[in-house]
Amino acid sequence: MDLIRALLIQGLQMAVVLLLAPLLTGFVRKIKARLTRRQGASVIQPYRDLIRLLRKEAVLADNASWLFRVVPYLVFASTWVAAALVPTFGGGLLFSWTADLIAIIALLGFGRFFLALAGMDIGTSFGGIGSSREMMIASLAEPAMLLTVFSLALVAGSTQLSTVAALMSSPEVGLRVSLGMALVALIMVAIAENARIPVDNPATHLELTMVHEAMVLEYSGRHLAMIEFASSLKLVLYLSLIGCIFIPWGIAAPGAGLVDYLIGAVAYVAKIAVGAVLLAVFETSIAKMRVFRVPDFLGAALMLGLLGTLLLFVSRSL
Amino acid sequence: MATIDVSFFLWGVAGLLIVAVAAVALGRSAAASNLVYTATFVLSAAMLVMLGLHLISAPGTVLKTTLPIGLPWIGASFKLDSLSALFLGVVNFGGAMASLYGLGYGRHEEAPHRVLPFFAAFLACMNLVVLADDAFAFLLSWEFMSLASWALVVSHHRSQASLRAGFIYLVMASFGTLSLLLAFGLLAGPAGGYGFDTIRDMPHGPMVVAIVFVLMLLGAGSKAGLVPLHVWLPLAHPAAPSHVSALMSGVMTKVAIYGFIRVVFDLLGEPAWWSSAVLIMLGGITAALGILYALMETDLKRLLACSTIENIGVIFVSLGLALAFRSGGMGLAAALAFTAALFHILNHSVFKSLLFFGAGAVINATGERDMEKLGGLIHRMPYTSFAFLIGCVAISALPPLNGFVSEWLTFQAILQSPELPQWGLKIIVPAVGGLLALSAALAAACFVRAFGITFLGRARSDVAAKAGEVDRFSLLAMFVLAALCLAAGILPGFVIDGLAPVTHAFVGGSLPSQAHLPWLTIAPIAETRSSYNGLLVFLFIAIAGWGAAFAVHNFASRRVRRSAAWDCGFPDPRPQTQYSASSFAQPVRRVFGSLVFRARETVDMPPPGDLRAARLTIEVRDLAWDWIYTPISVGIAFAAVRLNRLQFLTIRQYLSLVFLALVTLLLVLALWT
Repeated sequence: MDLIRALLIQGLQMAVVLLLAPLLTGFVRKIKARLTRRQGASVIQPYRDLIRLLRKEAVLADNASWLFRVVPYLVFASTWVAAALVPTFGGGLLFSWTADLIAIIALLGFGRFFLALAGMDIGTSFGGIGSSREMMIASLAEPAMLLTVFSLALVAGSTQLSTVAALMSSPEVGLRVSLGMALVALIMVAIAENARIPVDNPATHLELTMVHEAMVLEYSGRHLAMIEFASSLKLVLYLSLIGCIFIPWGIAAPGAGLVDYLIGAVAYVAKIAVGAVLLAVFETSIAKMRVFRVPDFLGAALMLGLLGTLLLFVSRSL
Repeated sequence: MATIDVSFFLWGVAGLLIVAVAAVALGRSAAASNLVYTATFVLSAAMLVMLGLHLISAPGTVLKTTLPIGLPWIGASFKLDSLSALFLGVVNFGGAMASLYGLGYGRHEEAPHRVLPFFAAFLACMNLVVLADDAFAFLLSWEFMSLASWALVVSHHRSQASLRAGFIYLVMASFGTLSLLLAFGLLAGPAGGYGFDTIRDMPHGPMVVAIVFVLMLLGAGSKAGLVPLHVWLPLAHPAAPSHVSALMSGVMTKVAIYGFIRVVFDLLGEPAWWSSAVLIMLGGITAALGILYALMETDLKRLLACSTIENIGVIFVSLGLALAFRSGGMGLAAALAFTAALFHILNHSVFKSLLFFGAGAVINATGERDMEKLGGLIHRMPYTSFAFLIGCVAISALPPLNGFVSEWLTFQAILQSPELPQWGLKIIVPAVGGLLALSAALAAACFVRAFGITFLGRARSDVAAKAGEVDRFSLLAMFVLAALCLAAGILPGFVIDGLAPVTHAFVGGSLPSQAHLPWLTIAPIAETRSSYNGLLVFLFIAIAGWGAAFAVHNFASRRVRRSAAWDCGFPDPRPQTQYSASSFAQPVRRVFGSLVFRARETVDMPPPGDLRAARLTIEVRDLAWDWIYTPISVGIAFAAVRLNRLQFLTIRQYLSLVFLALVTLLLVLALWT
């Protein structure tokens, strides 16, 4: 019985992140449009886009290899698996021990690795520029993220996300300098990883500084749909991650009743919505950076992560 | 059951040496290549099988034997304990795979008589190094290993680059052996006990321990490629034929690490805490610099050689952590770090061999090592490219393959280190953790570049456009290695359990047994602390990806139309318009280059009206050359010119010089005592 329930919750979680992801993207777009005094498309527009793309035929370049056709599904699968392991409305997921935080980051790295390869498959200059810059950004964002994880792991004594989240909601953690640094670093990494302004612009297609969109330029139809879906999932993942670590209130404990799970679900939606609004406000209030300013931005995140970890190494109470 | 003893492996080594002599006799004959590689394959595989039988039938037993050769009255002693067994496995597995690959690849060798004898001898010497149980046997086989590999490096002796690589390698190898010689001299002490058992039982003063540690770092570190002793490695490893490069990068560097572990963890007693700090720091710097060097290379084999430097750095960080934990009395953490090091040693020997084999296949098919002239090979060489891709994912430390597991174990070991008592380590370890994370991310960039430029895109030269798939032996060797990458990645628990006897014997602790955990999860310390399940990650990705593809193809659309590339509406058919290896590395060069390489870009733009082509020149310098090796070589040249005068003295002057030297030496001796 317990197993069935745990399976049910895990399955529900996988479905929730999948169904919520396009809505979140649409919501952020809507808020951004309203902030710039535009009407904006409906919040469910991303669903319509996905369905339309899925129904269209896929146009492949003449020299596209098998890798080009496999990558969208690999990227989608790895991102979905990673997103399904981050607690959203309830803790104690059935498969949470499959991959800890380090492995979740590496799963995202797996998706990025293949997406960058796909960008180079056709042999166009746009694909190459996107892949090359994406890997440059990742080479700084990933260590910053890992150092943040180190900070969290040192506070919680574990890299298991469920354990970290459970500990963070207990009163014994309190306010800590290193956690503050980790939060700031994590937000900076999340902005870079999700290709948001000021690092990258998810709305442009033809600009020299673009990164992510240049990499997927040759994709169309169902392949593009999978990649767009994966990007939305990644945004959900990062918002859930920040939510479950730094604002863990409301997450239902394992074995809780139905009411707790409902509260957890409401709290989760509220957290994600607040995160989306903050993201939209941040994005509209800041200008896009030149691409070679990005290393400075991420270098700051790296240093914050390192400082937080260092503080925890020398003193367990900071 | 028949007992297996060391003499069996020594017979195997003798067999390899006989093959080497026979190869000389066979010379250039057509059958030589097939015969020699078959023989080395059979011998290596037989030793591997016997090793497996030994480990199954009598686990934990230590085998010893002494041969009446070598120094008079002492002989040469050999021993097989858990550490030797592990490295014997690495050597012979690498040897068997290289021989299998050589069966196909070796046919294209234009001078087989320069490769075959040394190949067999090289394998034999590496086997002897890991079996040796006294300083004399160890040093002798170490030196022969260096010489055999040197001969292989210069086997293409008409190329100036090979000769230069060979010269630098020879100098560095002699320097390394000299350091080892001095280290063992100090360890043996004035009594001159050269047996490892005698050295182990003898107490060593702190000064001796410190000096031996530094000498081992120089001796084994120069062979393994520790920065700043790495300069020979990217020159020498690629100069040899590809299967030998695989052996040098994948196996010989591991033999060097074996020597380091044997002396520092086993014979030396307890080094001071700063030695672990030195190891951790050097390892971190080596990892980050190695992968940055690799990102700057456009030669596929040199890129792989540079990435070896990175992996050696990762291994040394784990070894340093193991040393620190051991002296801090933290048995479990020490076992974790040591397991991470050994796991990475196994992993690297597998995927680096695989990648070098892939590079060799590319060279066979195109005759080209320069990535700027390759491209589009995924269409022409589908199997090679698939195996190479597996190797790239594995070396980039991505789940669910094996590279990630050892990287993950290393990070878990780093997270144990706030408990260490020394303040110096508390500050160094998190910084090195950041460096390791950086090098892992850069490794992913490096191998996206290596695979993307070589195998994807459009062919950048005619040879690349006309390449064909390689022979079946080469493919078989590559696919066996690729399968191992996957197997060790999804079933890491068995590997960790297999390493437990070694960690128990050398750091005094072992991880809890992993293979019985539900779902084959690994949880090195405790499940609430950290756990990873490669099998489930693999299955989840496979099911989610396949399910998504199935659903999309059946319920949405499965139509495909081929057309010209879109490229924002302006596709240019010339392959030169693609991103090249140098342009891919440009952002990284710009971020790290000015600091690490003094990279400079000069643009020579002709004035309007001038029809000359514009040129972009990139200058990347290796600071180790500029700061260390160039001053040394200038100093040696200067001294040589000065001493040259001594060549033209009269006989009387020579006699008086000899007399003076004698008097000085006697005076020193008199004052010393």
